[in-house]
Amino acid sequence: MSMILKTGQVTYNLGPLARLPHGEGRTFQIGTHSIAVFRTRNDELYATQAACPHKGGPLADGLVGDGKVVCPLHSYKFQLATGASIGNTCAALETYPITLSPDGDILLSLDA
Amino acid sequence: MQKQRLVIIGNGMAGARLVEEILAHQGGDQYDIVVFGEEPYGNYNRILLSNVLAGSQDSADIFINPLAWYKEHGVTLHAGSRVDAIDCTLKCVYASDGTVMAYDKLVIATGSSPAIPALANLYTPERKLQKGVFAFRTIDDCTGMLDYATQARKAVVIGGGLLGLEAARGLLNRGLEVHVAHVAKHVMNVQLDTMGGKILRSSLEKMGVSLHLQKRTNAILGDGQVEGLGFEDGSTIDCDMVVISTGIRPNIELAQQAGIAVERGILVQDDLSCSVPDVYAIGECTQHRGCTYGLVAPLWEQAQCLAERLTHPDSEKLYLGSRTSTKLKVLGVDLAVMGDKEEVDEDDEVVVYSEPSRGVYKKLIVRENKIAGAIVIGDGSVTPRLLQLFDRRSPLPENRDELLFQLSGESKEVNVADMPDDTQICNCNGVSKGKIVSCVKSGKRSLKTLCDATRAGTGCGSCMSQVKSLLEYAAGDALVEDPSIHYYVPGVPLTKPALIEAIKEQQLRSVSSVFAALAGGKEDPGSKAGLASLLKTIWGKDYEDQRDARFINDRVHANIQNNGTFSVIPRMYGGVTSAKELRRIADVAEKYQVPMVKVTGGQRIDLVGVAKDQLPAVWNDLGMPSGHAYTKSFRTCKTCLGSEYCRYGVGDSTALGINVEKRYQGIETPHKLKLAVSGCPRNCAESTTKDIGVIAIEGGKWEVYIGGAAGASVRKGDVLCVVDSQEDVLLYMGRFMQYYREQARYLERTHGFVERMGIEKLRQILLEDSEGICQRLDHDIQSAVDSYVDPWQEAHAPATPAQFANVLQPVEQVAAL
Ligand code: SRM
Ligand SMILES: Cc1cc2nc3c(=O)[nH]c(=O)nc-3n(C[C@H](O)[C@H](O)[C@H](O)COP(=O)(O)OP(=O)(O)OC[C@H]3O[C@@H](n4cnc5c(N)ncnc54)[C@H](O)[C@@H]3O)c2cc1C
Ligand code: SF4
Ligand code: FES
Repeated sequence: MSMILKTGQVTYNLGPLARLPHGEGRTFQIGTHSIAVFRTRNDELYATQAACPHKGGPLADGLVGDGKVVCPLHSYKFQLATGASIGNTCAALETYPITLSPDGDILLSLDA
Repeated sequence: MQKQRLVIIGNGMAGARLVEEILAHQGGDQYDIVVFGEEPYGNYNRILLSNVLAGSQDSADIFINPLAWYKEHGVTLHAGSRVDAIDCTLKCVYASDGTVMAYDKLVIATGSSPAIPALANLYTPERKLQKGVFAFRTIDDCTGMLDYATQARKAVVIGGGLLGLEAARGLLNRGLEVHVAHVAKHVMNVQLDTMGGKILRSSLEKMGVSLHLQKRTNAILGDGQVEGLGFEDGSTIDCDMVVISTGIRPNIELAQQAGIAVERGILVQDDLSCSVPDVYAIGECTQHRGCTYGLVAPLWEQAQCLAERLTHPDSEKLYLGSRTSTKLKVLGVDLAVMGDKEEVDEDDEVVVYSEPSRGVYKKLIVRENKIAGAIVIGDGSVTPRLLQLFDRRSPLPENRDELLFQLSGESKEVNVADMPDDTQICNCNGVSKGKIVSCVKSGKRSLKTLCDATRAGTGCGSCMSQVKSLLEYAAGDALVEDPSIHYYVPGVPLTKPALIEAIKEQQLRSVSSVFAALAGGKEDPGSKAGLASLLKTIWGKDYEDQRDARFINDRVHANIQNNGTFSVIPRMYGGVTSAKELRRIADVAEKYQVPMVKVTGGQRIDLVGVAKDQLPAVWNDLGMPSGHAYTKSFRTCKTCLGSEYCRYGVGDSTALGINVEKRYQGIETPHKLKLAVSGCPRNCAESTTKDIGVIAIEGGKWEVYIGGAAGASVRKGDVLCVVDSQEDVLLYMGRFMQYYREQARYLERTHGFVERMGIEKLRQILLEDSEGICQRLDHDIQSAVDSYVDPWQEAHAPATPAQFANVLQPVEQVAAL
């Protein structure tokens, strides 16, 4: 599987899938970007902004399931695929294209 | 469209509310609003003048809308300007500041004035009240009284009505000797029956107010300054201050002179219009269907109705009169009256309870199984319910005593219908009554959808009962019962017993297997932690731990804080430590530059603000076990000094507390468990308000309390048993813990659980073994104790990849394709 890169985007290799535990997230620091990367129990990958728009909670530390993440600080919920907020008035999360390389590496694209 | 001009005379409670309501209806686009107010201020809350007089509020704090508010909202206020005449033909008003203002629509909201009786020697030659004599209506009256009271000694209030008693309270608080002279046989005779009046009288006297009943004042004594009062019966009383509070008189002169129809008040129709076109009236100056009012509730309704009519010309809204009820504190006595005070029909049923020695009196008049009237003195707890039944004309329960008494321990409900819309209900998320009600109206008619939509009740949860009442109140019959409230967790549609059965039957040992088998594979993130806790309780050592099912705190064994750092609380058994331990903690704090070191409410030390990636090293250096200040589990056991050192101690509370904590540390429970052991009934460890609390009593015995609370709710625990030995304390404690683990809902604290089960029932089960499960409970809690492993051991072998990483770095940038 390969990834079609839009011009003006940069792709990063975040390392092998095993870097992330099942059903959890981790925060990645890529240059000035803080990005939360999630691996669901059935190995879907998602990437969103790391900080909760509510009060900056670390979303990667949240509980994940059913395509959603629950912020660990005040339990605001967001849709992982679209970043849309659920039941709160926060702005949607930034989301980023993320995929798995044929070698099993996590690839994340950012605007350059 | 050209704007019309709306002129409002009177900037009191009614006038100002009308302006607010009109603005809320976007009426600012239709009207140029011009307000004349005789008082030289913005708008203030007249009701609160009683508090200002009593010193419990500052006069600056009672303003609702200051002058600037009018400016901001484009409303022209002529403050300190009295309207002297209305010309209904030319459609204009003439004000004392020389303004002549034409109107398209006119609203009269002139309120009322104190009714001043004709007393000899009342006025100075300049027609002012004698020095030392006051009426009680305006903020200026109030300031005048406060100034004068500083040098006065003894005051007499003429009139023992509601307002008179409020004035008496105020002056009493200001340190004056206070008397009340009243014409009728008992005080507040308009609202209260004879018995009620009597009870109130003795309460008032106990507080130091002297009452002079059946006394008609006819003269002010003194020359140039009040020195006393003369009564019709020839007697006198000396005093140096007088407050006249003998009723109110609607301000109708202005209307009357303009040819507008008046009787006792300005006559208004159901649409609040007067007898002259384009003129309306609201508030205390009006008379509607024969009634005049002296309370604010009716005028809120009037203002609302008129605002709607003025802004929506096709509105059919009518004001149909108000049923008034009053709830207040007169001199600190809770008092509520509604409807009739005596029976009217022969068939009226009267239910009375009276307890003069405590100043309690409750009376219900029931007609056609509804409340036709009620008086409640000295017990505010039953009032909200009565008010609600009265307002809604609801049918009553057969047992009338349920209405008059509140079972002890029942939490006090407030009458949500009564609260103003801007009352904050949820203090954690700042959600107002108005917001909740409008959300219900917009269709969120089950508790869960309502809470999800407003976030009310999702903080500490202490407002939940009020949110529930509001839902009932706003949804009425349209209330939707939410089946998920009976589920153990929202994402698996089963009650706790059914869930446990299914888990055991299908041998489901991990959270994901539960979702797969019982929830169609849908992994609700909000249900994970609850399921993990339950599975751990059911399977103990055989539980298949999946880390993603844990809340972050339980993944890293510390408590997350608002900036993403964590707090570390090492265990300090029974709150007892040593110099060596303290030194180690101090060293760690220094070495890792811990931003704050804090003594907790749980008798141990908190290292606050530790970064995630430092946690393993911190634990390592501390060399102490985790204090579990994060997970839903046994937390701490506080102790006091006890018999070892304290001169009152009758039991060794520290030794027992340490044993308790060593035995039960880290045991998972549906919600946290906080314990305490006190060495004598002085209860210095606050055992009676703990989930499980122990108190040593004389004779080598120990009392075991369960279901105490002193967090968001406060509850005194119930005595489960009194035992002779420390071993027995541990035994019954453990038995209760295991039963709680099995039976309680997720996140149900013991106080809710014990109350739900009932202490009698729990005693039967746990002491008399009525269900034959005690032996099993003892066995299961022992296995839980045996399978405990200190989570900080993970410092040496992380359980998941990058378990403690703050952030990860990418491996490389991929070359563009
Ligand atoms: C550290 C401590 C405050 C302190 O500095 O003293 C504390 C801190 C927190 N308490 Fe507490 N509570 C602390 C003693 C208490 C006490 C007093 C006590 O334990 O004797 C109470 C009242 C008793 C009780 O438990 O009800 C208390 C009632 C609460 C509650 C309300 C529970 C309730 O429903 O009544 C919460 C909220 C909850 O549990 O959902 C809470 C929740 C919290 C949390 C964990 C909030 C959270 O989820 O992040 C706080 C962690 C702050 C942080 O940044 O680490 N804390 N908290 C105390 C730790 C005691 C310990 O050594 O373990
Ligand atoms: C001390 C005190 C405590 C009270 N406590 C309670 C209570 O606990 N509960 C309760 O329900 N009610 C209470 N009330 C009654 C409540 O305050 C009144 O029902 C309410 O204020 C009536 O509102 P209104 O707008 O009709 O009259 P007001 O608030 O009196 O407003 C009328 C305004 O019109 C102005 N005005 C009059 N004539 C003219 C004119 N010609 N030109 C320009 N302006 C004019 C007046 O100066 C006044 O500011 C209390 C009253 C007082 C005085
Ligand atoms: S420590 Fe407890 S009381 Fe203090 S802010 Fe946190 S939760 Fe609230
Ligand atoms: S910071 Fe995320 S919910 Fe508050």
